[in-house]
Amino acid sequence: MAFGNRPLSPHLQVYRPQITSMLSILHRMTGVGLVGGALIFTYWISSATYGPEAFVRAQSILGSWFGRLVLLAVIFAFYFHLANGIRHLAWDAGWGYEMPTLRASGVVVLVFSTSMTILTFLAGYWAAGVI
Amino acid sequence: MELRSPLGRARGPGSAKEGGIGQWKAERLAAIALVPLTLWFIASAIFMVGADLVTFKEWAGAHGNPVLLVLLTIALYHHAQMGLQVVIEDYVHHEGVVIISLVLVKLGAFFCAAYTIFSIVRLTF
Repeated sequence: MAFGNRPLSPHLQVYRPQITSMLSILHRMTGVGLVGGALIFTYWISSATYGPEAFVRAQSILGSWFGRLVLLAVIFAFYFHLANGIRHLAWDAGWGYEMPTLRASGVVVLVFSTSMTILTFLAGYWAAGVI
Repeated sequence: MELRSPLGRARGPGSAKEGGIGQWKAERLAAIALVPLTLWFIASAIFMVGADLVTFKEWAGAHGNPVLLVLLTIALYHHAQMGLQVVIEDYVHHEGVVIISLVLVKLGAFFCAAYTIFSIVRLTF
């Protein structure tokens, strides 16, 4: 190391987990995960240009239990990143920095993303005619 | 609430100058565009669960759908590329690795966006 054996500032694991820090980490994790979601989107759209068999194969992969599990994770990551992203935009506008507001908006984000994930999945089953 | 110090305000945007502001604005612009585009996509694509190719092509080519899909693709990969850049710059500490991964991420995003847009256009014929 060019910097020698200098002391490092304390890192993540020494701090007590709080909703503010946990949601911040989750925002990055869901963001990176959603890149996978973007690639699934590209795979799904492009498969249709390779003919009916290729598209049916893509549909059955996404509709398999594993595909549905991945989509569940992607959809949760999407709603979380969306809601928390809007929270970020509010901060950019100078709103919501007071501690009670910060915690409350975090709870709203979690409740929103969880309930919208469940609703979207139910809507998917409904659109497929399963329920 | 004002978060800038009087000294910061007097000195202006700092060493990044206008370039830093441009990147900051581009990040927010793509993010804002993605709010309606992704919500439309989820609400609309949900009816493609279990669909066959004929139904899918009808949906992908209907009315404004191809335009919205292309806009979604551009905003999505633009946003993804800038987000990955922030993560790489924060967690990768070897300069050479940073440069190589940034080049790969940016070229990869361009490729994926071009490939997706090409596919969307092909589906409309």
